[in-house]
Amino acid sequence: MFNNPARNDWMLLAGFSAVILCLPILLEPIGAAYPALMQKFCIFGIFAIGFNILFGLTGYLSFGHAAFLGVGSYAAVWSFKLFTMNAIPAIVMAVFFAAAFAVVVGYVCLRRSGIYFSILTLAFAQMCYNLAYSVLTPLTNGETGLQLTLNDPRVVDGLFFEPSAGLPRVDLFGLPISGGGYAGFYLCAITLIVCFYIAMRIFRSPFGMMLRAIKSNQNRMRYTGFNTRPYLLAAFVISGMYAGLAGGLMAATDPLVGAERMQWTASGEVVLMTILGGVGTLVGPVLGAAVIKYFENIFSSFDDHALHGVLGFLPNSIENPIVSFLSLFVGDGWNLTLGVVFMLIVIFLPGGIMEGLRRIWNLFNRRPGNRDAMPVAQTQPAE
Amino acid sequence: MKFEPMNRRLFLKTSAIAGVGLAAPMHFIRNAYADDMSCNVPTGDTVTFGWNVPLTGAYADEGKDELKAFQLAVKHLNGEGDGGLISVLKPTALKGNGILGKKVAYVHGDSQTKSDAARDGAKRMIERDGAIMISGGSSSGVAVAVQGLCQELGVIFMAGLTHSNDTTGKDKKRYGFRHFFNAYQSGVALAPVIGEAYGKDRRAYHLTADYTWGWTQEESIKNATEALGWQTVAAVRTPLGAADFSQYITPVLNSGADVLILNHYGKDMVNSLTQSVQFGLRDKQVNGKNFEIVVPLFSELMAQGAGDAVKGIYGTSNWDWKLEDDATKAFTKSFGAEYSTPPSQAAHTCYVQALLYADACERAGTFYAPEVIKALEGFEFDGMGNGKTLYRAEDHQCMKSCLVVQGKEDPKDKFDLMQVVKVVPREETTYDAAMFGGELGPSDPKQC
Amino acid sequence: MDAILLQILNGLDKGGAYALIALGLTLVFGTLGVVNFAHGALFMLGAFCAVTFNKLLNLESVVVDPEKTTAWGSPLETRTPYVEAWLGDFGVFLNDYSVPASIMLAIPVMLLLGIAMERGLIRHFYKRPHADQILVTFGLAIVIQEIIKHFFGANPIPQPAPDAFAGTVYVGQILGMGQTLAYPWWRIVYLLFSLGVIGAVFAFLQFTTYGMVVRAGMHDRQTVGFLGIDIERRFTVVFGLAAVVAGVAGVMYTPILPPDYHMGMEFLVLSFVVVVVGGMGSLGGAVAAGFLLGILQSFASMNEIKSLVPGIDHVIIYLVAVVILLTLPRGLLGRKGVMED
Repeated sequence: MFNNPARNDWMLLAGFSAVILCLPILLEPIGAAYPALMQKFCIFGIFAIGFNILFGLTGYLSFGHAAFLGVGSYAAVWSFKLFTMNAIPAIVMAVFFAAAFAVVVGYVCLRRSGIYFSILTLAFAQMCYNLAYSVLTPLTNGETGLQLTLNDPRVVDGLFFEPSAGLPRVDLFGLPISGGGYAGFYLCAITLIVCFYIAMRIFRSPFGMMLRAIKSNQNRMRYTGFNTRPYLLAAFVISGMYAGLAGGLMAATDPLVGAERMQWTASGEVVLMTILGGVGTLVGPVLGAAVIKYFENIFSSFDDHALHGVLGFLPNSIENPIVSFLSLFVGDGWNLTLGVVFMLIVIFLPGGIMEGLRRIWNLFNRRPGNRDAMPVAQTQPAE
Repeated sequence: MKFEPMNRRLFLKTSAIAGVGLAAPMHFIRNAYADDMSCNVPTGDTVTFGWNVPLTGAYADEGKDELKAFQLAVKHLNGEGDGGLISVLKPTALKGNGILGKKVAYVHGDSQTKSDAARDGAKRMIERDGAIMISGGSSSGVAVAVQGLCQELGVIFMAGLTHSNDTTGKDKKRYGFRHFFNAYQSGVALAPVIGEAYGKDRRAYHLTADYTWGWTQEESIKNATEALGWQTVAAVRTPLGAADFSQYITPVLNSGADVLILNHYGKDMVNSLTQSVQFGLRDKQVNGKNFEIVVPLFSELMAQGAGDAVKGIYGTSNWDWKLEDDATKAFTKSFGAEYSTPPSQAAHTCYVQALLYADACERAGTFYAPEVIKALEGFEFDGMGNGKTLYRAEDHQCMKSCLVVQGKEDPKDKFDLMQVVKVVPREETTYDAAMFGGELGPSDPKQC
Repeated sequence: MDAILLQILNGLDKGGAYALIALGLTLVFGTLGVVNFAHGALFMLGAFCAVTFNKLLNLESVVVDPEKTTAWGSPLETRTPYVEAWLGDFGVFLNDYSVPASIMLAIPVMLLLGIAMERGLIRHFYKRPHADQILVTFGLAIVIQEIIKHFFGANPIPQPAPDAFAGTVYVGQILGMGQTLAYPWWRIVYLLFSLGVIGAVFAFLQFTTYGMVVRAGMHDRQTVGFLGIDIERRFTVVFGLAAVVAGVAGVMYTPILPPDYHMGMEFLVLSFVVVVVGGMGSLGGAVAAGFLLGILQSFASMNEIKSLVPGIDHVIIYLVAVVILLTLPRGLLGRKGVMED
């Protein structure tokens, strides 16, 4: 199915892997080098890469992808509760259940296209969220979230170990994955690299070409006697599996899952990540995910106190007005910063951060014909 | 595609090896400390607390108030300001020079009233900023989620505003402590008062937020009112965040019920109460009696949101700034001097929690978590505004008095919306700790 | 029987509100082809016009009495609203009717905002993909929300209905059908108001030359342009009109739902579902879908039905959306080829 990737792609993969594995060093100066946040970077990176396989390649905008992430998380936690604290079976179960669910949802939703498809996926996700919060509480533990308890059966573990006094941690053959520490991060990081590689192969494969063809003109594809539905469904399911994998990893690094993980705003978040980073590019979605998670976790924790610390070198008469202006955008105003950044990026850089980087690159390498180094988001005609 | 599982397994193995390689040095460094180290025990001259409060979303105003209270507590602990409740707390080991000679610093995060965001924030404060204690809250879902995380990481969690029975019941944890009261205590406190006001022969209709907090409250209130001789006509579940409750209120009109009990909180409560009043329920006569509405859990901010609709409505409250005891007066004065508004009950419980934790460290003589837990368990104190209070060892729930309040008919200003009808003494609100099940788990320290 | 009638009335009431909220959204989509995620924010801004108007009316003269202090130590203040001090009874009356009166403030404010938004932002996005439109308007919605939060806080701010409309009206007595059929006055007012606004928008598009040109532009912008008509300008006005419709819907909704900065987002998904079920860009469809969803939601919330299908009231709206979209590909009254790229 796959040809050998070109040399450029190997370079990209190597560079990407190096950056991801060195995150603890690279992120130190901006205060993000702690395992929990780096895990989130990787997990949402996987989620966004998967979303991009559907949206970036086929142009189908799903507004319900968070549902697959939620299903994956619930499946993983149930695996911890029922069978074993080992991360592998949980992740396999997460991917499996997300895939099965994606087959059903995809089969129904892909009967429509355009905004009708978006609303169908949104409707499914909202139904999942609403039911998980209330009626399905025996399965999801509702508002409180599904979590491990001391009297879970854990059948497989029970065969091999004496149960310890407290709650067991998620492990990978003895390595503690949950409860902080770098092992969880490296599990996520390496999974992200594998996912990136698979996505790259999909982008370069005939299958990927087929999906792009569907995006540019599905009718023409149909006129040639080509049945597009199976290809779309395959893309949808693959992207659902990515989401399930992300959900499984989320549960593995932190075995508690609440229903709000499936709310439409969570689905909206992955759309924002993908577009912010650059739709249809390989690296873009990961970048977008990192930027949004960084805002959510770091910007929200600044306050006037911290600002005064940073700007302390200025004379007071300049410092105070600057601080009071900046404090609008940090702390409880981090949402405002996010909104402004979205608007600026969409207005001036429709291709997301990746386009910005490419423009900077082109600025330094003024050579014509250098523009197709990266596949760029194509503008669809607005009918 | 079919190679994917094999690849993953291979990569996971690699990851395991890489992980060992990279995690090992960390492990050795951590273990190099003495044996009596628990997570984030301070080594420098400051000790860091983590405030995890909602700054965005529906409870943002409540979160801001909590954050103010925390900042005030830190000030007082470090011996700045007027000292607040430090001088009133009895017994106290606090000296107003920090804790165990270390200055108190704090970090904060936005919990967004979502368990995922709250856990992310708590992890940042623990892993990056070295917070030794996490506090804050606005909903029980978030409190239970963060409490679970703190148990796992071995960091003490002093819950802020969380009212569900589960927090110190089914989901109680050794590392989690709650000062706020719960739904069961609301029911026990409220029932006699509304029984006296509305009579023993009433037919109640419940509208309940369809999630665990709503269910536990519905059950508690139902049991308490049925013990009075009331009948329950129906208990209807409403979706969370339904902006318009009219379709749930219309059936009440013809149900033959003469009391409506709204088991809602936050915006749901503001909307359902406002709309119920608009439907003329309070002007109605049913079964020859005036129709009444009861809101078991009140908060000042919600009362402000509901405006005139709260007038005359009965509910319960953990604490109110209009109480007459010295501790309440001292706290109201010092909070008012700092921020020119009276404190809310959320602010009060958060402030008290911060002080109690600091006091426990002083009494234990160490920050070592298992010792601090021991110092808090079974601690009996007075002078925090709720009379003599016991931090019960069995479930880490505070046993103390709570209030029955009523919306004021003629408020002087927007801080004067409720009047205290009755202070329900601790003896009446105390219940059997084993009632809600759950297990605290071990207090073994974690190396984080 | 009364219970059923009441539920139908409730469904109509909800439906009217849904249709009114969705109207502006579908108007913008139908004419400009723009998916406006900031529509909910416009609705919220309208509601805050009412809040601001009420605040202006209640600007108070503050007399500080340094002798007395409050329990928390600040000096005691006595406050009297200027309006009541200056205008006497009329001031009291104006205060009572502040919600309907604030429409006077909302119309120019929303019109200007709408026009500014179209000229400054939306205009540059006509030719961009829908995903870009969604993202930029979503970003705008967040910015608007956060600015409102900064000035008004996150807590809901109650806006009472005028005293004359505060109680309930005994619909049953009027129709001669039984005593218990009562409904809040203000909700009846809102239903009549939304029918009026919907009717006015229809009349504007159907019976005026201006509306005719706009409708022509909806079908074929280029040809209308060739005829020498400045269609861009008319579209700007239509966007302003949509903002006004969203705004007044928000103003009049405040007594039912105490406004807070986040209320727009809560109605956003709902209004999208209404628009899509009705058929993108179809005004009639949006109105029909609004009433359909309102009535179905009202009935699904009845205890009798909930005991048959648990949880149905949580999902009914989405379930209807799925069923309608699968059986009627373009919604109830949608045109062919809209948004199917």
